[in-house]
Amino acid sequence: MTLWTHYHTPSSLAEAHALLQSYAGRARVIAGGTDLLLDIRHGHLTPPEALIDITKIPEMCSLIQEGDDLVIGAGVTHTRIVTDALIAARATCLVESCGVVGGPQVRNVGTLGGNVAHALPAGDGTTSLVALDAWADVIVRDERRWLPIRELFLGPGQSLLDPTRDLLVRFRIPLAQEREGSAFKRIMRPQGVALPILGCAAWVRLDSSGERCEDIRLCIGPVDRVPVRAEQVEAAVRGQPIDPATVDAAVAAGRTSLSPRTSKYRATASYRQEMIDVLLRRVLPLAAERARTGQAVPEGVGME
Amino acid sequence: MSLLKVTVNGQTVEKDIPESRTLAQFLRLDLGLTGTKIGCEEAECGICTVLVDGVPVDSCLYPAFKAQGAAITTIEGLAQNGTLHPLQRAFIEHGAVQCGFCTPGVIMTAKALLEQNPNPTDHDIKVALKDTYCRCTGYTSIFNAIHSAASELRGEGPLPWKRVETVGPLSAVGQPVAPPESVDKVTGRARFTDDYVFPGMLIGRTLRSAYPHARIRRIDTAKARALPGVRAVLTHEDVPGDNIHGLIYDDWPVLAADKVRYMGDAVAIVAADDADTAERALGLIEVDYEPLPVVYGPEYANTPEAPLVHEDWPTGNLLKHIKVRHGDVEQGFAEADVIIERTYRTPTIEHMFMEPECAIGVPAGYDAEHPKLTIYVGSQIPYEDRRQTARALGLPEDQIRVRGTLIGGGFGGKEDIAGQIHVGLLAQKTGRPVKMLYTRQESLLFHPKRHATVIRIKTGARRDGTLTAVQAELYGDGGAYASLSDKVMTRATTHATGPYVVPNAKIDCYVMYTNNPPSGAFRGFGVTQSAFAVEQNMDLVAEAIGMDPVEFRRKNAQRVGATTATGQLLRESVGLLETLERVDRDMRGGTPGSFRWGWREGNKAYGWGIACAYKNTGLGGGAIDRSVAEVEVFEDSSAEVRTSSADMGQGLTAVLAQVTAEELGLPVARVRVLLSDTDLTPDGGPTTASRQTYVSGNAARHAAITMRDALRAVVAERLSVAPDELVFENGRVRANGTAVELGEAVRWMREEGREARARYQYDAPATQPLGTGGDMHFAFSYATQAALVEVDLETGAVRVVKVIASNDVGRAINPRTLEGQVEGGISMGLGNALTEEYIIENGVPWSTLFARYKIPSIKHTPEIVSHIVEEPTADGPFGAKGVGEITSINTTPAIANAVYHATGVRVFCNPIDQDALLRALKAGAAEVHTTWHDVR
Repeated sequence: MTLWTHYHTPSSLAEAHALLQSYAGRARVIAGGTDLLLDIRHGHLTPPEALIDITKIPEMCSLIQEGDDLVIGAGVTHTRIVTDALIAARATCLVESCGVVGGPQVRNVGTLGGNVAHALPAGDGTTSLVALDAWADVIVRDERRWLPIRELFLGPGQSLLDPTRDLLVRFRIPLAQEREGSAFKRIMRPQGVALPILGCAAWVRLDSSGERCEDIRLCIGPVDRVPVRAEQVEAAVRGQPIDPATVDAAVAAGRTSLSPRTSKYRATASYRQEMIDVLLRRVLPLAAERARTGQAVPEGVGME
Repeated sequence: MSLLKVTVNGQTVEKDIPESRTLAQFLRLDLGLTGTKIGCEEAECGICTVLVDGVPVDSCLYPAFKAQGAAITTIEGLAQNGTLHPLQRAFIEHGAVQCGFCTPGVIMTAKALLEQNPNPTDHDIKVALKDTYCRCTGYTSIFNAIHSAASELRGEGPLPWKRVETVGPLSAVGQPVAPPESVDKVTGRARFTDDYVFPGMLIGRTLRSAYPHARIRRIDTAKARALPGVRAVLTHEDVPGDNIHGLIYDDWPVLAADKVRYMGDAVAIVAADDADTAERALGLIEVDYEPLPVVYGPEYANTPEAPLVHEDWPTGNLLKHIKVRHGDVEQGFAEADVIIERTYRTPTIEHMFMEPECAIGVPAGYDAEHPKLTIYVGSQIPYEDRRQTARALGLPEDQIRVRGTLIGGGFGGKEDIAGQIHVGLLAQKTGRPVKMLYTRQESLLFHPKRHATVIRIKTGARRDGTLTAVQAELYGDGGAYASLSDKVMTRATTHATGPYVVPNAKIDCYVMYTNNPPSGAFRGFGVTQSAFAVEQNMDLVAEAIGMDPVEFRRKNAQRVGATTATGQLLRESVGLLETLERVDRDMRGGTPGSFRWGWREGNKAYGWGIACAYKNTGLGGGAIDRSVAEVEVFEDSSAEVRTSSADMGQGLTAVLAQVTAEELGLPVARVRVLLSDTDLTPDGGPTTASRQTYVSGNAARHAAITMRDALRAVVAERLSVAPDELVFENGRVRANGTAVELGEAVRWMREEGREARARYQYDAPATQPLGTGGDMHFAFSYATQAALVEVDLETGAVRVVKVIASNDVGRAINPRTLEGQVEGGISMGLGNALTEEYIIENGVPWSTLFARYKIPSIKHTPEIVSHIVEEPTADGPFGAKGVGEITSINTTPAIANAVYHATGVRVFCNPIDQDALLRALKAGAAEVHTTWHDVR
């Protein structure tokens, strides 16, 4: 079965954008293609006339530090992220989430941009980007602008970006400063489709004493149609000492404020509710520990 | 078309190809590099892995033009100047090659790992190979092979194969011999059906049913036939012979005529110039269906309101009622102090052999090599394929040749007809070769699977631990067509007492027709299902009477002199107790005082579980169990052994070469093996029921003995020595001081006008049908397994830490391939327990993607300890009995029993669902009766 007819490998953003417009809706952007080509193969998507491969566009494949920020091209593979020492040290949750996507062969070609463009409510990379407060550099309806990452998601599998016209170019994430740390964990089952039962990423900043949480961003999913911050959980932790009582309070806030649903062949709502507890108890202390020590060794890469 | 410039295995390649090519298509179709295999086309199974600039990628979903300018390395590029790469050597030496279909992908993934990490840990190997699947080996040998190659590449020399203890080897038998096709399998030279290409070959595709159950009112193929490039569109009206096939019952239409009975039913077939055209043609065939109510499961099928799947079957939806009657169960339960009655459920299970089905038909007279209609296929029963194809095509059987190719895994799933008849029809119609390769998704939809069962079992015992009675009722989901349901569920029924002395038994099994995919043969052949119920009920009874599970089994274990529930007196070769003692000793670690069945460490619970099993060798039940083999010796002192029996990776070629070599006194390497060709090899019967080592091993052995005796007479006369003074050894025949090459003896024989060829028809000892009380089987293999599991008390996730297995195999003909069966069997049992279930929703399969049906990955591999017990059986070749199935049967109940000991929760259905297990733990419930398909 022919999945596409023409294949283009533009070398600049302008060329890619022009190609897309010239096909007027009959072309799709491809990076690794590990999601896109499956969608076409399984009939979820009509075979496009052309694929526009963005992985040879320098701007979309660069991974550079700009001051206290890291700018990651949307065409950077999961493998490059997972093996990057700077990201491991200062955006640890991103390594942990990109490290559990697929197997090595998929991580070698699949990109963070593709993960976000697919707009799953619990995309592993997405969950961490939300916790890290990432921004996305996009070309939408011919206009280039920076958007908070969460504004890209409209619903399950629905992105603000039109994949036949628009381009996701880069992400910008703030790197962890002193007293800041992050962590990501997820729960899987060994049967069926390899989608997380639940994933959770947390970013924590401690106050100058190193005891209290000064600020926190926490993304847990799927609990909604799009990736969301667990604001009541954050509120239960913000300003509090990082201790078992606070974790208990976070768990209690999670129980009352988050309503995961049963999804077929993945998890019951009550199991997911239990896993919110488990993930909060695993992720919060780990992120705080990393913030306190300034040391972070990514966990679970390649195995979860 | 555009120009692709790449380097492939060091050679610059520039080629005009369609921009729509995937990298795998480019390699296989444009360059003919067929060493790269395609297993799923979902970027899931990993066996299509090649290296692009040193990086492993799934070539099946990798656009070829993405590789523009890159250096590509495939399996063909690994060996340098004819010298195997250390990984290739290590995979052979450590037995990491079975069917060989995943081997190129596994080796390429491992190569990328070793380039980055010259000294990987087990963990590193798991991370690297997590999504590169193997269904045969169970991965243990793959770990060993990678460690060995890494050591060699570091300059520290290869590691030795981890020898398993067996009785003393002879010159060939008992030696860890590599199957002769291993080198081809590690270099990419091995050819599976899809690797064959013939000039002018067309591509065939099948239109499958749109409904699980429907009447067909009309089929209109006019639009499809009018499509340019379409060479034939065939329906039931175009079947020249009988439009029916089947292995035992003829109930399966070649092409659906008046109705469809499951989603995999073939309604029409197409041959076209290329795959895209064939695919488009399918979409143009108009079928007018009248949907019928769906018979969705076996219990419903047995109700009066269920519609009939086969209107003309005399017993309605009841395909077969199978009965075991032994003693007086009412009396037996009256004598019992404890009676445990429970219901167990097992799901439909998919073989997931890594090679999807493929068949090629070449029409009669197409070229000099094909004077008759020839079917190329990787099949477990070539002569059955020929019989069924001939009947459908209305041809005499001798007008058809079935040529077996290598088989990329079978496990019972390649016994039924897949595309064999269809390609025959299309080839004869078009006058051109036609290839029909099923996609993974079509394979999942179409082929017969392991029966889903509901098993209610009641076990009674006295307080002293003596079993008094077993009563059981089994429902088996036979699916839409009979396939081997009768025999499979008979085995489930007759083995439903477990390998124990049960004086009173009453067992009833109802195999039902439903609108689900047909059920048929799958390693374990029904016993896998009944063992899940029997062995858990054994633990429940043991607990109720306060007896250790091992002691309870020891007390009731079958021994020589015992009688089975079918009335068979066991006269010899019952190694069950020995397997139990070996496993028990190992499990208790020599410190009986500190042994505990279950314990907790922090948030983890640990538990041991034990289970026993037995499994017949051979067809049994009164069937003639025959294999014919032919041995020919040549003037270069080599030999060839021929039989149609199939090697699907289990190592039959090695076994046949070994027994032949042993009897002829030849080095094993001088014996070639030719299998699976209905024109060149005599009928070895079906490769099923763990029978080939026994029956074809015997046929080859006796053919070799016949050959040797003929040569002995010739040599004795020429050298004027007494025949019994001659010794056949190391390729020579010698007697007190004189010796001649075996080839010289062959020349002498030919000078006398005789061919140095012998054929032997081996008939296994006669058996009796169920219900007659005689010997239903001529041999049984026995096994015990203990599993250690870890349960995460926070998530309910279950991990198998270790499995100790002991198998009584009669005689280890080849310890290395035997270990492959042990490790692979355990892995498959682990999948059955934890990861696998084929879900069907009201007749519509949900599990139609590789991604939706998880087989164990390398990350699931437990530590495996294997003990071989060799209680020889008198008629087996060198004492050997079957091994293919026994290794896999008791893993699942051992794991379930271990989960109980770890958590106090017993799981009555597999696969074990962490969601339900955790909810039970939280609720303080002691039993789980749901699985993940209930999560919705």
